Amino acid sequence: MNMNIPASSPNQPVIAISDLSRRFKSKLALDSVSLNVERGQVFGLVGANGAGKTTLIKHILGLLKAESGSLRVFDLDPVAEPVAVLSRVGFLSEDRDLPGWMRVDELIRYTRAFHAEWDAAYAEQLRGQFQLDPAARIKQLSRGELAKAGLLVALAHRPELLVLDEPSSGLDPIVRREMLEAIVRTVADEGRTVFFSSHLLDEIERVSDRLAMMACGRVVLQGRLDEILESHFRLTLRFPTPPPTPPKLAGALLVTGSGLEWTVLCNGARAELAAAVVRLGARIVDETAASLDEIFLARVGRERSTTANPQPAAWQEATLDTPDAMK
Amino acid sequence: MQLHISPKDGVPIYRQIVNQVKYLVGSGRLVPGEELPPIRVLAEQLVVNPNTVARAYAELERAGIVTKRHGSGTYVSDNGSPLKRAERLKILAQRADALVAEARHLEVEISELLDVVRERHRAMQSKE
Repeated sequence: MNMNIPASSPNQPVIAISDLSRRFKSKLALDSVSLNVERGQVFGLVGANGAGKTTLIKHILGLLKAESGSLRVFDLDPVAEPVAVLSRVGFLSEDRDLPGWMRVDELIRYTRAFHAEWDAAYAEQLRGQFQLDPAARIKQLSRGELAKAGLLVALAHRPELLVLDEPSSGLDPIVRREMLEAIVRTVADEGRTVFFSSHLLDEIERVSDRLAMMACGRVVLQGRLDEILESHFRLTLRFPTPPPTPPKLAGALLVTGSGLEWTVLCNGARAELAAAVVRLGARIVDETAASLDEIFLARVGRERSTTANPQPAAWQEATLDTPDAMK
Repeated sequence: MQLHISPKDGVPIYRQIVNQVKYLVGSGRLVPGEELPPIRVLAEQLVVNPNTVARAYAELERAGIVTKRHGSGTYVSDNGSPLKRAERLKILAQRADALVAEARHLEVEISELLDVVRERHRAMQSKE
């Protein structure tokens, strides 16, 4: 166990971001992002490629300075006090930038030198669990082994905050499961916090308590995962005669259908919606739960269609490669 | 305890756990006094957030399905939960719906269907 007493109070958010914006030349990469990550939480960040997830993570690690707005990690400014912040953070980047010429055991010794809190027994336990050969060269590792080596050096100093950028990107279902299991075990260790980005919604759904959906640099939806799932639902409406245009309902995020039957993905008060349906002259013939996929597509699709520079096909890929093997 | 979690169907995972444990208790697959896996163990087995499992267990406790024993674990409540009979009937109602729908599809009258049920019951009893 890491007995390092955190300097911030237990009630202080581990990550506090308020109104953070960032522009790269003419592109607004982050647009007034605000979110808090509480201690012990697993916070999932979802979004298509280019939504701003990695840019946000770079700010959390102090690799980018807030252009406007504020960002605190353990109530510290990660740009002004990188050592104080990063010594308490474990990080796995999407491209796993590990030194290729090193052997696995050298990588472990090298990383250990940066961390006073390094737990050598734990590192050895993870190495065995991940079946990593200590004599293997980093550049000869498979993608899965590389990810596991990256996770090992991110975890072995038992960080208070684990930050993972697309941890299972490009991995097969077996390695992906091992990565998720490691996340689950990390949270089960008292008080540890995880912030991770993914475009795999069922991964986010399995392990996060709270999530934020990003599109075009903006957070389009955030909240407790179970509340998000419970507050969104699908109503199927039946009309006596086909409506001339798709039905308009307040709180409707997405309307699909044709002829007499239309399905509306809603977020709102059921009683008011039911009354609105009656006013439209229709009746509700079915109500079903909305999946996170559907909520994401409705929210992000909407966002795309209202922005000046839409990329129509890009957001669709976000849900196409959800792994069935994880079910 | 075998649970099957399926993200994607829109039902929060804590609720899937609650529903399936209720089902296992209602159907007798989990018996009174039986211990449920510790939160951490079940979280790792299902690869879900331990906080989610904790929430499901708390909900099951509130519903009287399970009891937390101080300093030890979580157990299926003795003398059954107050919901036990209602839950059992609910499970049967779902099966009955499917059976009635199929009978209608096959153009079998409800009285004939009941005869089939009684006949199967007799056949099963004679085997025991």
